[in-house]
Amino acid sequence: MTSGSAVLIEASSDIKRRYALQLGDTSLILAQRLGEWIGHAPALEEDLALANIGLDLIGQSRYLLSYAAELEGRGRDEDDLAFLRDPADFANLTLVEEPNLDFGHTIVRQFLFDAWQLELFERLQYSCDPRFAELAAKALKETLYHARFSTGWLVRLGDGTEESHRRMQGSLDALWKLTHELCAPSDTDRAAAACGLAPDLATLRGSWNARVERVLNEATLRRPVDVAYHWHGKRFQHGEHLSRLLAEMQIMQRSYPGSQW
Amino acid sequence: MLEREVWQRLAEVPDPEIPILNVVELGIIRYVRLTGDGGAEIGVSPTYTGCPATEVIHRSIRDHFRSSGLDVTVKSVLSPAWSSDWIADSARNKLRDYGIAPPQHAACIPCPRCGSHGTTRISEFGSTPCKALHRCNECLEPFEYFKCI
Repeated sequence: MTSGSAVLIEASSDIKRRYALQLGDTSLILAQRLGEWIGHAPALEEDLALANIGLDLIGQSRYLLSYAAELEGRGRDEDDLAFLRDPADFANLTLVEEPNLDFGHTIVRQFLFDAWQLELFERLQYSCDPRFAELAAKALKETLYHARFSTGWLVRLGDGTEESHRRMQGSLDALWKLTHELCAPSDTDRAAAACGLAPDLATLRGSWNARVERVLNEATLRRPVDVAYHWHGKRFQHGEHLSRLLAEMQIMQRSYPGSQW
Repeated sequence: MLEREVWQRLAEVPDPEIPILNVVELGIIRYVRLTGDGGAEIGVSPTYTGCPATEVIHRSIRDHFRSSGLDVTVKSVLSPAWSSDWIADSARNKLRDYGIAPPQHAACIPCPRCGSHGTTRISEFGSTPCKALHRCNECLEPFEYFKCI
């Protein structure tokens, strides 16, 4: 017979694992996207910035995926999770798998994401699980730098030339539908919030909106209208973009299993 | 080996990216615990979560103690998060002499070469996660700034 408390502990370890995977996958996929800019950014300084932000995100991801692997207890490690899972096993936000397109598009995606991550980490540092709390407190300091970079460029290009303004508004309009998912709780988010592991995402929406609207105003960009249609990356539903991204990211481990640097 | 001796030997391990600094003055060594069975556990904090130097530092520490016969385990400590405020004063002067402006809570970052306060930030991100790029308006030299975090 299973005791009630044993069931509870097991459930909460599984929630931790799923939550670690959701956040870890999100950081990993965005890091890979930012890495695509290396050698291609408009200026050396921007190249370095995008690579550095990507590196911080890889740091977050390694920590979270290691934790997920540990909780899973099947002998897999962070590399197995990153390089040997199929697209349908990834729980990242849809926004982060969106292709880079041009520099402005990348900046809009980054800005919307950074604003969300700031709100999330500010709350997650009070998680009942010290592993999440520690990471959030550490990463928050880095995220402040990321947000300053993406905010600076968003304002500069939004309130720039006619051409840069037009393109930034276009990217914002195109990406907006994917922002619904940032604060729309998945089953994992709900379960994690219920046991004090993670903040209630509903409490993020107001402050995320306020933060974003303030900067959009300064950037002379128009906040798009919210649409009912939204994506479900956190529920493992992805489009073709993620498959292509993973094909490139995973090719070495898929072709030469177990290979090391 | 006494705990004090372990600290002394740790001060011989350089940071792989800024080799004029050792890991103790960088403020990343959190604790040294002698385990009683001739071993020691050393707590080390990463400066940035994704800093690739972290693994090199862990390895350097283990390698450094290998010849001493002390069985060293390196533990990564995330909390409380490392702060550039923990960099020792001695290290700040070394950084400046090396051409890197040390971290400071001030609006303007003086040039490490000529001391001028007229400097401009070129990029918030530099060659390593911990540094930003600046330029001196007086001597016109670009320089790196160790970011405040």
